[in-house]
Order: sequence, then structure tokens, then C-alpha cells
Amino acid sequence: MDPVLKIEHLGINFGGLQALDDFNIQVANNEIVGLIGPNGAGKTTVFNLITNVYPPSKGRIMIGQHETEGHATHEITQYGIARTFQNIRLFKDLTVIDNVKISLHNGMNYSLFEALFRLPRYWKQEKETERISFELLDVFGMRDNAYDMAGSLPYGAQRRLEIARALATYPQVLLLDEPAAGMNPSETAELMETIKRIRRDFNVAIILIEHDMNLVMGICDRILVLNYGLIIAQGTPDEIKSNPVVIEAYLGQQRSE
Amino acid sequence: MIFLSQIINGLQIGSIYALVALGYSMVYGIVKLLNFAHGDIIMVGSYVLWFGLSRLGLAPWLSVIISITVCSALGMLIEKVAYKPLRNSPKISLLITAIGVSYLLQNLSQLIFTPNPRMLPNFFPGYVSIGGAQFAVVTIVTIAVSVVIMIGLSVMVKNTKMGKAMRAVSENSDVAQLMGINVNNTISFTFALGSGLVAVASVLYCCSYSQIEPTMGSMLGIKAFVAAVLGGIGSLPGAMLGGIIIGIFESLTKAYISSQLADAVVFGILIIVLLIRPSGILGKSIREKV
Amino acid sequence: MDRIKEKIGKTRYTYILNTLATILLFAVIYALINFGVLNRYQSLLLIPIGFNIILAVSLNLTAGYLGQLPLGHAGFMSVGGYASALFTLAVDLPPAVEFPLAILIAALSAAVFGVLIGLPALRLKGDYLAIITLGFGEIIRVIITNLKFTGGAYGLKGIEKHTTVTWVFICVTLTLFIVQTLMESRHGRAILSIREDEIASEASGISTTFYKVLAFTVSAALAGVAGALYAHYLSILDPNNFGFMKSTEILVMVVLGGLGSTFGSIVAAVVLTLLPEWLRSFSEYRMVVYALVLILVMIYRPSGLCGKYEFSLDRIISGEDEGLKKIKAIFHRKKSGKEEVGE
Repeated sequence: MDPVLKIEHLGINFGGLQALDDFNIQVANNEIVGLIGPNGAGKTTVFNLITNVYPPSKGRIMIGQHETEGHATHEITQYGIARTFQNIRLFKDLTVIDNVKISLHNGMNYSLFEALFRLPRYWKQEKETERISFELLDVFGMRDNAYDMAGSLPYGAQRRLEIARALATYPQVLLLDEPAAGMNPSETAELMETIKRIRRDFNVAIILIEHDMNLVMGICDRILVLNYGLIIAQGTPDEIKSNPVVIEAYLGQQRSE
Repeated sequence: MIFLSQIINGLQIGSIYALVALGYSMVYGIVKLLNFAHGDIIMVGSYVLWFGLSRLGLAPWLSVIISITVCSALGMLIEKVAYKPLRNSPKISLLITAIGVSYLLQNLSQLIFTPNPRMLPNFFPGYVSIGGAQFAVVTIVTIAVSVVIMIGLSVMVKNTKMGKAMRAVSENSDVAQLMGINVNNTISFTFALGSGLVAVASVLYCCSYSQIEPTMGSMLGIKAFVAAVLGGIGSLPGAMLGGIIIGIFESLTKAYISSQLADAVVFGILIIVLLIRPSGILGKSIREKV
Repeated sequence: MDRIKEKIGKTRYTYILNTLATILLFAVIYALINFGVLNRYQSLLLIPIGFNIILAVSLNLTAGYLGQLPLGHAGFMSVGGYASALFTLAVDLPPAVEFPLAILIAALSAAVFGVLIGLPALRLKGDYLAIITLGFGEIIRVIITNLKFTGGAYGLKGIEKHTTVTWVFICVTLTLFIVQTLMESRHGRAILSIREDEIASEASGISTTFYKVLAFTVSAALAGVAGALYAHYLSILDPNNFGFMKSTEILVMVVLGGLGSTFGSIVAAVVLTLLPEWLRSFSEYRMVVYALVLILVMIYRPSGLCGKYEFSLDRIISGEDEGLKKIKAIFHRKKSGKEEVGE
């Protein structure tokens, strides 16, 4: 089967600093790929390049049949990439359900004119959007919070809402940037189940940046290890665990100190 | 020849813009506030000068010193009373407060001094000839004073303890506080310094243009802010450069095209520069971390 | 009430309710004028109140909902004013045909300027956007001052006085209708998401550039409508009245009312139009007092008089309105306070 995401020789430098170089990956449908590495290794940069928040200096990104080069972030989202952010970026002063509805924007196509005069298509699509939004909130157990302000939710719920919002764009690939950051072990365990369920129910591939090794080793089909902008190892969780290069990258500096 | 004298004219008004822009840039750097009232301090400085000279009959040097002192104190007072309570409020509330302070200063001065223009004498009359060309003394003085101040200020910000504190607070005031810097004092000092510079600018302005009125500060202030933005907010050489560019373009437009179009040209330059370099000519570009 | 709501459907109920309220309000205003409760001077004040409401509500669309701060609103107002005035001066049609056409022309020409200015300017953010729109506004003013057919610095005179309370009422109603229905659609949510977090908005599939320019353009068009009403009310247009002072005046209304609250914009527009009138007895002190009021409101209520509160007739009738609840609570406290004292 064709990969849903294919990245070849991706690289970027920020004012002389090579933040990422020669990054290659092919993600198959429904696969969960872990992206790990020390802080500053370039993990989030990969996400920013895929979504074209920063244009890459070199390399090629294909989402299905679409090349991303020269396309705005919102177009890439429509090609099937959705993401969450390391430092949660919710629409804080809007309600939970509006956060989800905003992502369903492109699922509707009524025009400005139809909106102003509230023609039938407006009603039909808004109703449908509301229904889907509640369904999505149900997946994350947030129906009761639908009309709360997103910014007033507890931290774990904010992370979950961000995932719900990302899923509302109907992605083929979901990019999760440290979804377990700041969660306690029981919340993390719950998140692990949620991620598994998302893969099954939404039929998406997931790329996951995470520092929580239990989570990464527990759900990833394979793992890429980044260090100083380069892939230093890749393989199944078991292979990664015993890879000396990875151990070196994570523990090496400490040993020499 | 006309061209050269227009350039010199431009340098003169540009230096005045630059002095005001320096204060704008410092204040913006430190509290991220587009201080609309900053321009009106020029008006206050001018009126204090006028009051000292023609009502109290003081010597020019004494009037100048009083004017600088009053403006510095006023700058600090405005910050303490109007801006400080809003330091943690939305930025736009702060902006509206600044607009309110600007209205207040203008209307108070209309009440006290009436809207009629007042005249001021030139402290630096006469001409000198350099290389066969005639230059007004006030022009030379204006340019020289602002160059000296600009250099002095750069040295101060780079080397003194207060200068370092100012840079630290404008970088990150929370961290600066943790490092033991008195943020309140630093902000007060910045306002005092900026307002003092404006007072100097107002003296130079009065010497060249001799006529003052309560609303004189608003357009001058905006052009100075344009100069600060053009040069790059937070950059002192940028403020100087921006002021001079605006002064020169303004004076050339007035001479060769139309004096009415001068403002449009000034804003036109600003728009073009901002679209090419959104952080100004010498400004640092800041990228939002994602 | 709930039974009626169920019978005819909630949305249709809201429509009927709002239409009835609008007609009622109009009838009340007319009655007040015709029975002499409002004297001629007071009823003429309704017109500036009206176009200030349009100005504030339209600026709130960009400043409050889109979260971008423009300082050139007066520029769009002047474009609308001049375009409509030049039209009515040039043609000779019955007022009932001429004036709506003039208003439409005002809206369209201001919208064109909105797109032309919005496209480059909206690449900037925050104070930089403020200063660049201020620049565009000033350029518009200078150009109008230097053109022959706009009357130059002397202004445009002899514009027919078409603006009546009725026309103002219609335009205000239309403005509120447009802003309200826009904000309650997918387009409106997209605009709000840009205010909240532009990067997340893009990542959610929203074309932020498109929606920024859209909001800016609608806002400009409505400012143009206000300009048309203004021109045909004063019958004279002076370019110096559209400087950045005018733009800040409008911004002050929006922020004072509460950024992101249409209701707040309306309240502030009414209050700030009337305030100088109330302060007439202070004569020369009135602008000083105005400035002080402004500073004090900002210090004590930084998020504006109404915060983000939105008015909904439906909520008020069903008693779910938060503002109403607060007021009730205050009365309740006072009442129970008194009882305690009595005991």
C-alpha cells in the first residue's frame, strides 16, 4: 500500500544552525511512529516542517499524492495532516465545542451569502457539524464540558481537547507533540488507551513525539531517534531499547560528565 | 545648492524626530506601550520653556533646565498614575489610557494657555558659513546636540548599571526581577529619561519654528513614532536613523513636490519599509516559537 | 413562553422575537419624536449616535473579534463619505432611490479600499498593524486633500441632507444583522479563532489570510456606510475631520465598551456621543473630563464597560441572561441587606 506520508531528505537551517538534516520517513496507513530524542534534537522542527510553519531548506514532503512545497499550513491540513502543540494552543476564550467546530470549518461549504441570510444549507450543515462535534467530544468524555471555556479546563482535559480538535479536520496523519507532558501516570495510561482507540476508530496514522518512554514503548510500531538534527537510529521498540547508539545519545553525556 | 540646503533642513528636523523617537523606542522596548502621550510632552516642554522665559523672565539656560526637569517628572508621574495600574491588563487598555493621557494633556494646556499660538525666541540666532555655504547656527546646534545625546545614550545603555537594567527589563521583566533588578525604578527611569530627551527636542524645536500651540505634539509625536518603527523599535541607532530618513524625505518632498504631500510620503516610506522588513531597518526580527 | 418556542421552533422564535423588538424600538423612537418627548435637538442627536454605533460595531469586528488592532477606520469612513457624496452630487434622482444607491456605493468603495489596504497591512501584527493602518488612513486623508474633484482642503460642500432617523435606523439594524449572522457562522468562528491563536487556526485548516482580509473588508464597508450617513447629515465633508484623531475616537468607543462585545460597542457609542453633550454645562472643561473618564474607566475596568457580554433578548426573556442575573443579585443583596437591618 502507498504510504500516507513520505518525507525525503528533509532539512532546515536556522541562521547557520542545522536544526534538521537528511530526515527520511515513510508512514503507512494506521501506523504509530514514535519520534524521540533529547531536547533540542529537532523533533518539533519535523512537525513544523511537515505543516510548513517553517518552509524547509531542502527535501520533499508528500502527503498521499500532494506535494507540500509552496502550500500554506491550512492547505496542508486539508491534505490530511493534523497536529497538536507542545505548549497547548487551544482557542482559550471560546467554548469547548466551538474549538471542535472551528476544525470542522472545511467540512462545511456554505457561502458567506448563505450564512448572512441563513439559507437552508447553513442550517443543514451547522446541525450536522454540531452532531459530529458532540460525537467527537463523546470519544474524549467531554460532552458535559461542551459549553465551558476551553481555557478553564484542567490541563489533562486541555490536551485531550487539542487531540479532539485535530481529529475534527479528518486527518490521515495525526502529529502529536508531547501529548503526555504534564500528565500523571494514570492520566498517561488513559491517554495510551485513547491513542490506541483513535488509531482504530479513526483509521489514522500517528506520529508521536514523547519523552515518556512507557508510553512510547507501549504503543509505537516503530521508533525514530533524533539527535542534533539527525536520525541516529530507527526500529521497533525492542530494537531501540537495546541500541547502544541510542543509549549513548541519552546517557552518554551524563557518563562523561 | 538648494538640494544641499534641503538635506541640511531635513537633518535638522530629522534630529528632532530622532530625539523624540529615542524616547519612544526606549519606552516601547521596556513596557511594550505605544505611548501616545509621549508626543504631547513636546508641547508641555515648549510651554514650560515659554512660561519661564516670557512670564517669569528667567534666563534661557534656567528655563531649559526647568523644562527638562518638569518633563522628566511628568513622564514619571504619568507612568506611575496611569500606566502602572494597567501593567498586567490587556495591552490595548494601556493604549487607550495613553490616548486618554494625550487628550488630557492637550486639553489641559488649551485651558491653561488658550488655543492661541505663542511665540518663542531663537536662542541661537545668526548664520555661519562653511565652505562658502550659509548655515543657520540653530541648524548646526540641533544636529550637534542630537548626535552628542545619541552617542551618550548608547554608551549609557551599553555600559552603566542602569543601562544594563533597562536592557534586562525590556528583554524579560520577570526574569530581570528575579535577578534582583528593581523593575519599577528602571521603568520610572526610562520614562524620565525619554521625557527629558523630548524636553531637549522641544527646546530645539522652539528655536527653529518659534511657534507653539496645544496640539503641536500629536503629529510630531506620531512622526517620531514612525521614525522609531522605521528604524526598528528597541534599537537606539535605528531611532536616530529613522528620524533622519523621515526628516530628509519630508524636507525634500516639501521642496520639490508639495508641502501638503509630505505626510503622505512619510507614511508611504513607513509602509514600504514595514512590508519589506517588518521589524524595521535595524530591528531584530522575532520569530514566534511553535 | 417555552411552549410557544417548542411549537414554532427555537430559531424561528428568535427571529420573530428580534423582528418584533426591532419594529417596537422603531415605533417607540418615532413616538418619542412625534409626541415631542424628544425635542428637535435631541432627536437630531439620534443620527450621530446611529453612525457612531455603526462605526464602533464595525471596528469591533476587527479589533474585538479578529483581534487585530487597526487605527485607520476614519479613512474608510471618509472613502464612503466622499464616494456617496460625489454620487449624490452628480446624479439627480428621487431621494428614495438616490440615497440607498449612495449608501451601497459607499459600502462598495470602502470595501475595495479595505481589500487593497488589508492585503498588505494584515501581514503585520499588533502595534505594527496599528501604525501601518494609521499610515494608510493618513495617506487617504492627504490624497483627498490634494485632489480637485473632492474639493481639496476646502472640503466638499452642498451635499444633499438625505440622512434621516429612519435611514440611520435601517442602517444600524442592517449592520447589527450582518455582524451578528456573520459571527454565528463558520466564517465567524474562523475569525474568532484567529484572535485566539493564529498558528492553531491555520493548523485547524483555516485560511487565516482570507479571513483576516474578509473581516477587515466587511468592517471597512460598514465604516463606509457610516461615512455616507455622516456626509448626508452634515452636508459638508472636510478631510481634516477624518484624521487619526477620528480613528482613535472610534477605537476608544470599542475598547471602552469592551473588546469583542457588540453590545458593549453600542453602549459605548451611545454614551460617548452623549457624554460631551451632558458635559456642555462644564463648557471648557468637558474635554478634560472626557479624557479623565477615559483614563479612569481603563484603570478600573481594563476590559471595558461590558467585558465580553453579549445581549440576547431570548436569554433575557427566559431569565438565563448573566447580566440580568448580576443585576438581580445586586438588587437581591440590597433587599436582603435592608431586611437584616430591619430585624
